[in-house]
Amino acid sequence: MNVSLTVNGQAVTRDVDPRTTLVELLRNHLSLTGTHVGCDTGQCGACTVHLDGRAVKACSVLAGQAQGAQVTTIEGLADGGLHPMQSAFRECHGLQCGFCTPGMVMAAVDLVKRHPDPDEATIRDGLEGNYCRCTGYHNIVRAVRRAAEQM
Amino acid sequence: MKPAAFDYARPATRREAIELLAGAQGEARVLAGGQSLMAVLNMRLAEPALVIDITGIDELHYIEERDGALCVGAATRQAELAAHPGLAERVPLVAQALPWVGHFQTRNRGTVCGSVAHADPSAELPLCLATLGGEVVLEGRRGRPRVVPAASFFQGVLTTDRAPGELITEVRFPLAQAQTQYRFTEVAMRHGDFAIVALAAAIRGEQVDLGVGGVADRPVVRTLPAGDGLDEALNEFAWALGAEDDAHATAAYRRTLVRELGRQLITEARPC
Repeated sequence: MNVSLTVNGQAVTRDVDPRTTLVELLRNHLSLTGTHVGCDTGQCGACTVHLDGRAVKACSVLAGQAQGAQVTTIEGLADGGLHPMQSAFRECHGLQCGFCTPGMVMAAVDLVKRHPDPDEATIRDGLEGNYCRCTGYHNIVRAVRRAAEQM
Repeated sequence: MKPAAFDYARPATRREAIELLAGAQGEARVLAGGQSLMAVLNMRLAEPALVIDITGIDELHYIEERDGALCVGAATRQAELAAHPGLAERVPLVAQALPWVGHFQTRNRGTVCGSVAHADPSAELPLCLATLGGEVVLEGRRGRPRVVPAASFFQGVLTTDRAPGELITEVRFPLAQAQTQYRFTEVAMRHGDFAIVALAAAIRGEQVDLGVGGVADRPVVRTLPAGDGLDEALNEFAWALGAEDDAHATAAYRRTLVRELGRQLITEARPC
């Protein structure tokens, strides 16, 4: 089946098997491998992207369900240079192995959009759907707090 | 690709979806937000021949008050219900329970009716629907829509009264009653995980309707005394639920949670 959508501002059309998930479309058909796959069951948050402006877990969305939608991935977040959230993650050492980072950043951008001045509890609560198996949460929370001041 | 092969249909009308469902003779699964079904498909716990995506059906996308209930269409997402103006006053139990449903990313996709259709025994929205005495509307190819009370809709683990050719088109949450306090809480390994025990309460003077999720094979509701005799009634209820040991918790721990958390939830809500 044909799926047409806009990814990071570019219109794309791909012929995919109906069982293709959105994250497979992004990684395997569009070579946007910045979005990671952790659990494939909607728990870990590594595959978080923005679908029509809202954070979703791309392992739990069929590519066909994104027909006509606007998708933003980690590759499309910054408009030249780094997004303030990416800079804050770098400055605050908000990553260790980096596997969860794209999902963390995409979730955090949506979080700060909804809560422009989040306190620590709001950040921890808002990132409950993103797991960091290095357990580097402390600096991730600091990074989100710093980015919120600059967004 | 993780799921087994299936055909995918994205009907534009309710009628079309029902025709597809009836024509598939039990070999189809309805996909709404996909926050339960996609995991099931990815793990190949289900291998349907046809997946019918109902999220493009505008006529199933609504939240409206009708006949003393808040009616939620099958394409309405959990995040939309959470953002519905006045939800905290109109159906406070659901407003309190929604933040416990998955994570914000999954609530952006997941639908209210989808959670009810999936009928996980520890899920929050089925528990709220059962505790409030709500209803599920089912439509098949022939005849009038069937309106089923939550008490008879949920029949066991992932098992409901829905016939294979029927589509859940709406769920109805009764509006808040005067002089009634509503409370929700749960215990899980991590916030957003499946509840080990979830409790929903509607407290009216000396009585409480207490719903328990995560213990029996479906949400169970019992009317208990809210004041004198509460502890004995909670203990009896905790045993009657038939808790079992599993990987997450022992039966004894579940009974303890029903007793202790139940007492806390109910006594804190009552005026001294």
